[in-house]
Amino acid sequence: MKAILDDMPVRGRILAAIVLLALAAAPFVANRYLLSVLTLILYLAYVGQAWNLVMGFCGQLSLGHALYIGLGGYVAALFWLEFGVGPWIGVFAAMAVAMAFGAVIAWLGFRFGIEGVYFSLLTIAFAEFTRIGFDNMAFTGGAGGLFIPYEEKRLGEWWNLRGGQWMYYYIALLLAAGAVTLTAWLARSRLGYQWVAIREDETAARALGIDAFAVKMKAMLISSAMTAVGGVFYAFYYNTLFPSQMFDMGRSIEIIMAPIVGGLGTVFGPVVGAFVLTPMGELLIAATERLGFNAPGTKAVFYGAMLIVIIMLRPAGLWPWLARMLGVWERKP
Amino acid sequence: MSTLLTVAGVSKRFRGLLAVDRVSFEIESGEIFAVIGPNGAGKTTLFNIIAGVFAGDEGAITFDGERIEGLSSDAVCRRGIGRTFQLVRPFPALTVEDNVVIGALLHRSDVAAARRHARDVLARLDLFDKRGLTASALTLPDRKRLEVARALATEPKLLLLDEVMAGLRPTETDRMVAILADINRERGVAILLIEHVMRAVMALATRVLVLHHGAQIALGTPDAVVRDPAVVESYLGAEAVG
Repeated sequence: MKAILDDMPVRGRILAAIVLLALAAAPFVANRYLLSVLTLILYLAYVGQAWNLVMGFCGQLSLGHALYIGLGGYVAALFWLEFGVGPWIGVFAAMAVAMAFGAVIAWLGFRFGIEGVYFSLLTIAFAEFTRIGFDNMAFTGGAGGLFIPYEEKRLGEWWNLRGGQWMYYYIALLLAAGAVTLTAWLARSRLGYQWVAIREDETAARALGIDAFAVKMKAMLISSAMTAVGGVFYAFYYNTLFPSQMFDMGRSIEIIMAPIVGGLGTVFGPVVGAFVLTPMGELLIAATERLGFNAPGTKAVFYGAMLIVIIMLRPAGLWPWLARMLGVWERKP
Repeated sequence: MSTLLTVAGVSKRFRGLLAVDRVSFEIESGEIFAVIGPNGAGKTTLFNIIAGVFAGDEGAITFDGERIEGLSSDAVCRRGIGRTFQLVRPFPALTVEDNVVIGALLHRSDVAAARRHARDVLARLDLFDKRGLTASALTLPDRKRLEVARALATEPKLLLLDEVMAGLRPTETDRMVAILADINRERGVAILLIEHVMRAVMALATRVLVLHHGAQIALGTPDAVVRDPAVVESYLGAEAVG
């Protein structure tokens, strides 16, 4: 923790403190709608960070991270609905299940040399057939979905993750801040350097004694577990789970947008990306609603356009450029 | 002196082509051993078999008392064999220092300790002042030295160098020769050198193996090998000897 702070320039520390304080104080000034947008931003920053570990640092493109959102959400919801076990305990089961799936994908991909595009296809395939499986399983509610009842009497039961907007906001803030800290720590660890070596040149990395399989496996395990925690949060925040939404390709894309826009392989990129993209998407929805035309897919088209513009102008993402402008240059590991 | 590496009857066939044909030699610990031969003689294939890039079809390789043929490249490195690539492969987006830190992390889990070791190695390779540059910004001679620095940072007992002199000017070659001689003397690292630059081979090697069409045609001291008629005919040509 101290090493992380030591690596930050003074301006960076001040900026981080201001942002963190502002976010901590936000519920006292923001209205309910603004707070829900902020909650969504922090959630996307969190899951984006989880994905960033695999892609941004270790260089393995997973396009099926919705799998771990779905598994995490469903496992914790079922623990709660079927056994009355609260999500603070259910989250461990959620992580375990997600890690098991992540391990199988990683084992298949990394053990048998399924690399690059083929690895990405493998991750999509797993998310898709899990979605189809959940669509047809009776005890998870099938395609009809699973619902966590909203009970007035349970409001404020934070130990069961039942509460109001404030509670979800602070939990999302805690998750995002925790993910940033964990990433900063990992990036400065031996494992972080090994990930980056694999990303840059796997053959050269192996010639330096790095066990590529083990190192990539660790990236997948950590990332899938983290993403599952995001899924648990999602499930108890929105209270409704449909396989067609939880495991959807669109959700996988949603996860990867913020880190790509903010800056792959950086500690703050996913956060910056989420703060830029999400409000713009919300504004767009509000604008189209006010104008009275409600064309489905407007948001997707907008995100696509944003991605093209940002990749053309700032191929390394917004954060490295922003950090230079602010004089808080992040040492890129 | 004890034997560090034993290569016994190693062969490798690519389809019809016998790239390496029953090659056998030993390297003593602390020795500088050179493998020379014309292009296509099988030098790099032999090198890759030792480094674990691919397995030979037959033969045994023993390193430090342990059989290593068929091990993967990372496992070979962990046993104490560092290598460079003929076509250099730095981690392009990383700084020179971080490139070497990754090598140093093989035997250190603490990044700060690895960084200290990396700086020592960089100073040895005349790269200390360039440690903050991005590796992709380096000139070819610097990249060649970075390859050596990175491999050396893993603290190998045997360093495999694949044409690290190629593309260097004579003064740069002499500098590299001096650096390698120092490393060999001070750290006792044995070196297996694949090299075309005879000037470097003659200055460094204690013994030389000559390959031609995959087979070994001579093995001995540099002076003896360059006078060997078979070597002169197949590889060096008359003028190189004179």
